[in-house]
Amino acid sequence: MSFSVTPSILSFSYLVATVLFIFSLHWMNDPKTARRAVMAGTLAMTIAVLSTWGQEIVVHHLWIVIAIIAGFVVGVPLSMVPMTAVPQRTALSHAFGGIAAGLVGTAKYYLWLSEGAEHLTRFRMVAILIEIILGYLTFTGSLLAAGKLQEVKWIPQRPVTYVGQNIVNLGLLLAAVAIGVFLVFFPAADVAPKLFSVIIVLALIFGVLLIIPIGGADMPTVIAILNAYAGLSAVAMGFVLDNKLLITAGALDGSSGLILSIIMCKAMNRSFTNVLFGAFGQVQQAKEEGEEQVYKPETIEGAGHVLEQSQLVVIVPGYGMAVAQAQHKVRELYDHLTKLGISVKFAIHPVAGRMPGHMNVLLAEAEIPYDDLVEMEDINADMPQCDVALVVGANDVVNPAARYDETSPIYGMPIIAADKARTVFAIKRSKNPGFAGIDNELYFSDRTWMLFGDAKHVLGELVKQLSGGSGMH
Amino acid sequence: MSRRWISRGAVPVLVSLLALGLTASDASSSLVLALQEVAEVAEHVETPDYWSLLFVFTLSTFIGLGVIRRVSRLLHTPLMSITNAISAIAVVGSIIVAGSDYPTEIRVMGAIALFASMTNIVAGFLITDRMLKMFKTVDRKGQ
Repeated sequence: MSFSVTPSILSFSYLVATVLFIFSLHWMNDPKTARRAVMAGTLAMTIAVLSTWGQEIVVHHLWIVIAIIAGFVVGVPLSMVPMTAVPQRTALSHAFGGIAAGLVGTAKYYLWLSEGAEHLTRFRMVAILIEIILGYLTFTGSLLAAGKLQEVKWIPQRPVTYVGQNIVNLGLLLAAVAIGVFLVFFPAADVAPKLFSVIIVLALIFGVLLIIPIGGADMPTVIAILNAYAGLSAVAMGFVLDNKLLITAGALDGSSGLILSIIMCKAMNRSFTNVLFGAFGQVQQAKEEGEEQVYKPETIEGAGHVLEQSQLVVIVPGYGMAVAQAQHKVRELYDHLTKLGISVKFAIHPVAGRMPGHMNVLLAEAEIPYDDLVEMEDINADMPQCDVALVVGANDVVNPAARYDETSPIYGMPIIAADKARTVFAIKRSKNPGFAGIDNELYFSDRTWMLFGDAKHVLGELVKQLSGGSGMH
Repeated sequence: MSRRWISRGAVPVLVSLLALGLTASDASSSLVLALQEVAEVAEHVETPDYWSLLFVFTLSTFIGLGVIRRVSRLLHTPLMSITNAISAIAVVGSIIVAGSDYPTEIRVMGAIALFASMTNIVAGFLITDRMLKMFKTVDRKGQ
């Protein structure tokens, strides 16, 4: 090649890429400018790849070309998954990010070891160890999380716990740290290469053990935490390679993961340690109460009439709606009610769905305008004025027990105040408890009437009822 | 209301960053001595400017926290996809490892890492754009 990228051209390109990345995230603050964010990000990435590739030290090109083509071959189909599968795709991409960091760290260690021990400074060893531990544990942890989300058969959905679990985890971590400290001081000892691979294995095992005790309800938090880990492993790679662009981009990803984790934890009133070590989601022991609570069922006709008389209808969607593939029926209902001059809003709980913001995407896919998707904090003030709260596939996020029942696992979790509405209709497939395995008191309230059946079917019938009714006017 | 808890969340981050900086300064002074000894033995070992790397990390973390807390909650799923694509900037490290004149087994690791990062870049940006296209505002013209 006659032209090669000089260090100053490289630094300048990296600077441009950094600025574009920051603008990219800045444009994500509004749906109107957000698509610009993708363009800026793609441009920045292209600049970074080309200027890196064009350096003089890059002499072998065939493998690079093959790996890039393979990346496109796998990446394009992965970008076309249905919206319900976005959480597992995201988890999978964290796994890819983790393995990339782990492999580059491993390669660099063995490379420097072969070139002479003086290359393995303490600083580099610390950075490499952080990079590979975070990288490999993110890899297996995210793979397992993706498997749980995809509901792969041989991966248990319910949390797996055993006696002394935290002690085992802590022991593993301490062992890894102890070996790590040894390697920092004696990176070129005879046993060092073996110990290095032991750390890799420990990190891989640790990733699995970290995710196994976590239940489905905590998945949004876990994905956000793994996101932060993946970002931090990229930062560590930047320290290893003395590359500021890697540090910046990794820090942006890491802080995003951190913020999303905090939001998710707040939304469930739990702490990081509680999510990681608490094994939430176990079936609660049946309450030994004498009186048996009864559901009050309602007919489609009855519900249709009440809806027609309303002025404000708030729909509370949960992941059950997406499981039943009912979002398009929800949209039809939304259209019908809006046509009748009824104002319809959607109450979005931060943990509705299986990853941060998932419910918004599911509803946007059904072409529901985002202006009508209202965050929990904002809608709760309006709930007493709401004529009908229609709960579709949501359960724990509307359970009033979160407010006062200190024995409930969801005690203290902020909820959507569906119980404050004048009338509540809850669509429910069966009488089983929800994802967190807790009975929902909302369903037994004086104001609540149940519509039993598959959400898609019930909503379809409601739409039919409404269109039939309005035709007679 | 979201500002309050963000700042509460930022305090431990700040404290840990400071702690990191202090320990690093401690470690690096002994490191500098060690490095100087090593440098006499092998002159070709270049020593990166660790301090400026830590500066970059600290400042970009604050920029990240500042920019991302303003991101609309509507867009948290696309946000995660796009930051995921952006953190696949690990691609630049992979290119160097895969394409330099290194032993084959080292380059294999680099090539796999390059494939993994490239997949994240392609899938991440494409799916983000696909999701963002779905977010539409109300068409109230009819009313």
